[in-house]
Amino acid sequence: MLQGVDLDVPAGEVTMLLGRNGAGKTTTLRTIMGLWKLRQGRIGFAGQELGGMGPSAIARAGIGYVPEEMGIFGDLTVAENMRLGARTRRMRQDRIDWLTAAFPALGTFWHRPAGTLSGGQKQMLSLARVMVEPRQLYLIDEPTKGLAPAVVSVLVGALRQLKSEGATILMVEQNFAVAKALGQNAAVMDDGRTVWSGRMAELAGDAGLQDRLMGLHLEGHR
Amino acid sequence: MTAPRSWLLIAVVAVILAALAAAPFLFPGVRAMDTAARICVFIVLAASYDLMLGYAGIVSFAHVMFFGMGAYGVALASVHLGREAPGLILGAGAGMAVAVVLAALIGLFSLRVRAIFFAMITLAVASAVAVLVSQLSGLTGGEDGLSFQIPRALSPSAAYLPDPLPGLDPAALPGVVFGDAPMESLFSEVRANGKLAAYYLVFASMLVLLALMRRLTVSPFGTVLQAIRENEFRAEAIGYRVVRYRIAVTCISAGIAALAGALYAVWLRYVGPDTVLGFPIMVDLLLMVVIGGMGTVWGAVIGVTLFMLARGYLQDLMAAAQGAVAADLPALAVLLEPDRWLMWLGLLFILSVYFFPAGIAGRLKSGR
Amino acid sequence: MSDAAPAHAPRIERAGLSGRLRPLIPWLLVPAAILLGYLGIWAQASWPLLEPVLNEDGTLRTRVFDLAPFDVRLSSWLTLTVSGLAMGMMIFVMASGLTLVFGLMDVINFGHGAFVAIGAFTGITVLLAFPGLAGAESLAANLALVGLAALAAMAVTGLLGGLFERIIIRPVYGAHLKQILVTMGGLIVAEQMIHVVWGPSEIFIARPEMLKGALTFHGAAIETYRLMAVGLGLAIFLAIRAVLRHTTIGLIVRAGVQNGEMVEALGYRLRLVFVGVFIAGSALAGLGGVMWGLYQEVVTATMGAEIMVLVFIVVIIGGLGSVEGCFLGALLVGLTQNYVAFLEPKAALVSDIALMVLILMWRPEGMMSAGGRR
Repeated sequence: MLQGVDLDVPAGEVTMLLGRNGAGKTTTLRTIMGLWKLRQGRIGFAGQELGGMGPSAIARAGIGYVPEEMGIFGDLTVAENMRLGARTRRMRQDRIDWLTAAFPALGTFWHRPAGTLSGGQKQMLSLARVMVEPRQLYLIDEPTKGLAPAVVSVLVGALRQLKSEGATILMVEQNFAVAKALGQNAAVMDDGRTVWSGRMAELAGDAGLQDRLMGLHLEGHR
Repeated sequence: MTAPRSWLLIAVVAVILAALAAAPFLFPGVRAMDTAARICVFIVLAASYDLMLGYAGIVSFAHVMFFGMGAYGVALASVHLGREAPGLILGAGAGMAVAVVLAALIGLFSLRVRAIFFAMITLAVASAVAVLVSQLSGLTGGEDGLSFQIPRALSPSAAYLPDPLPGLDPAALPGVVFGDAPMESLFSEVRANGKLAAYYLVFASMLVLLALMRRLTVSPFGTVLQAIRENEFRAEAIGYRVVRYRIAVTCISAGIAALAGALYAVWLRYVGPDTVLGFPIMVDLLLMVVIGGMGTVWGAVIGVTLFMLARGYLQDLMAAAQGAVAADLPALAVLLEPDRWLMWLGLLFILSVYFFPAGIAGRLKSGR
Repeated sequence: MSDAAPAHAPRIERAGLSGRLRPLIPWLLVPAAILLGYLGIWAQASWPLLEPVLNEDGTLRTRVFDLAPFDVRLSSWLTLTVSGLAMGMMIFVMASGLTLVFGLMDVINFGHGAFVAIGAFTGITVLLAFPGLAGAESLAANLALVGLAALAAMAVTGLLGGLFERIIIRPVYGAHLKQILVTMGGLIVAEQMIHVVWGPSEIFIARPEMLKGALTFHGAAIETYRLMAVGLGLAIFLAIRAVLRHTTIGLIVRAGVQNGEMVEALGYRLRLVFVGVFIAGSALAGLGGVMWGLYQEVVTATMGAEIMVLVFIVVIIGGLGSVEGCFLGALLVGLTQNYVAFLEPKAALVSDIALMVLILMWRPEGMMSAGGRR
């Protein structure tokens, strides 16, 4: 259950959503996406109220979602997965070129069923699938979870490029090193509420603050 | 929480059971007693079906098949072993055993994978068995079925008392009150023969089995079943083996259905595919349970009684209504054709699933 | 050009021969069934020869080496194979919509059989309305009439499907128990409505003139109509496959069967696609009903409920949600039913149950279960 999530995602910047397992980060993303019902409160996006809209309408409003479990269509080929990401009729060749350069494995296995990809490649595909078309907001749920460092650096590289395009991103990340490297803003959640939010630089530079937020979640365990 | 109002439900059920208990003395005639016996048998059948449907949330289309197995068990025992009671009990037991084993097998195959498979597979198996029974005419009598004998003590030729017992005939009441029929026509005579004994055997068995099922539903076992119905995943998470419970209730339900079938066979002294097997009876059973009220054994009592009465009276009512509108609204008259009674019950069925999932029993319970 | 870390090499590269053959096994079952059917027929012809014979010296001798010649009853086998395939194709046409509807929205429609019966009655009505075209000894006129009947049936059942989805099914999305009960109720009412519209008794119908005959091929009589049914069923299968593989709608449907939530989160209105699939599936059931009615040359109000038994077996063994599994399952059921009916008529329907049991023992979710995440 979420209670008291107060989150501001500035346009054109990357906001990291941090916090221990079960703090409600994934729930926050799913609720924004309309996959879970909003009981109370408001979700404003580009002048629209998203609460009460279905996931497909929210996606059409310009939000791209990379779920924690990646949501790959295993029986479809890599190319078909990508095509579903581009809601316009044709995929733009320059985007494809850019993405296959960022994720060479996708180009290699372009016509393979996505179910045969490795975990890291699936994550690349899931990310590439929303990046195939520019979106106004990207919701990305723990893209680096359980992946080898080499794969993480490929993903981080691609996310950097997305950031440099001026994309607005709200991303859940457990790996603080990754979060620090990509995020301009940070919000920390615990027990279904936001307990801190501000500039990432502030959080990264203040060991005491990190400790306090860290201590908070340790206490939560006891 | 709805305890005060549920007196209404208890009252309705008590009236029905009392009427069944006194049926031979209240409603004279062979047909009335036959209807009462059928109601008793179907109460057992419907209540056992409700164990699966209402308590465990499993839809089976093979329940009538299990019913038929008990019935054919008795019939085959009588034909091959003779009419004495031990043989018939053996036959009923064998039919019940086959039903339980088959239920367990179907359950193992389908409930393990997806509960929805169960509905489809039971439909397929039940229709295959029905076809098989009508084809294996050497064993089962085929489409014609089997007529057989039951113990002398239960047949009409056995007389227990030299003089008939006194009974009532309420149907004569209007004649006595408004007409000039003699007072004596209010009374009837009930012969204390084997048929009466058979009726009370059926009635008593119904009471025992109903009490047994009622006991089961309020036991921890019944509570777990309802927990599974409400939230399968949570029940599994708490540590209940959902599949085992489901298979267990399927077997119990099938076994009781077979016993109901055995009672039916004893009452009718006949079994045939159209009487104890087949899809139309399955449809009737669904209508009885859902309209009566899923999730309570009392719903079965009400549903069966209502259905059996409606079957007779609804058709009369429709015939009358049809006659009334035939001249002016021929299109409506077609819909009111007495043979179309099932259509109206079907509509009622759909509406009850949407709007009164707890059926009539649920309405009575909540007092609304 | 692969520079992915070796630890993440794609699994397909490591898959051995058996891994690559696995998806092909269901496809091989059909020829295997045809072969088994032949063996069965041949064995039955040989059976008397296997019984021991008393020699003059009083010893027993088996005549194992005096088996029937291999071409014995080849013609029966050919006839049975064609009618098994025809039956399978017709069941496939009726079942395809059902399996997709389940795959997409987890909706199981026990009233699907109503569309089969209503389609059959609609088609037969059209056929009976034009006796001139039906009696004409012109293949073109006959086919035009059958085509018209099929279109009328599909239009009626498609429309009814849309209404059924809206009125009966939409209120019970996500609740299996209620779905089964309500759609069953829909079937009961629909059967009664058939009686209201078309009267209480069955309707007998003769096929159009040019579809009555049979071809003779290697001594085997093969009905023209069955060949036509095989062709039409195959064409429909290929068409459905093409739509699923090469159109955007097909892509959405295939993706939706695997993960409907994600399809929605990518901005597609899955509900709308589902309604479309439901209507198309109902129309196909209606078409299947016309084909089945012409095959049996009689239509009854309960035919839908009866055929649903086979349709469910097919959908289960194929794997819920898989059109290809449904196609192969239908062919297997059709062939099994025909071979067994020839060898031992009483065991026909039981043999389909046995087939289902065998396949579920091998793959509990069916041959080609799609998605499999629920």
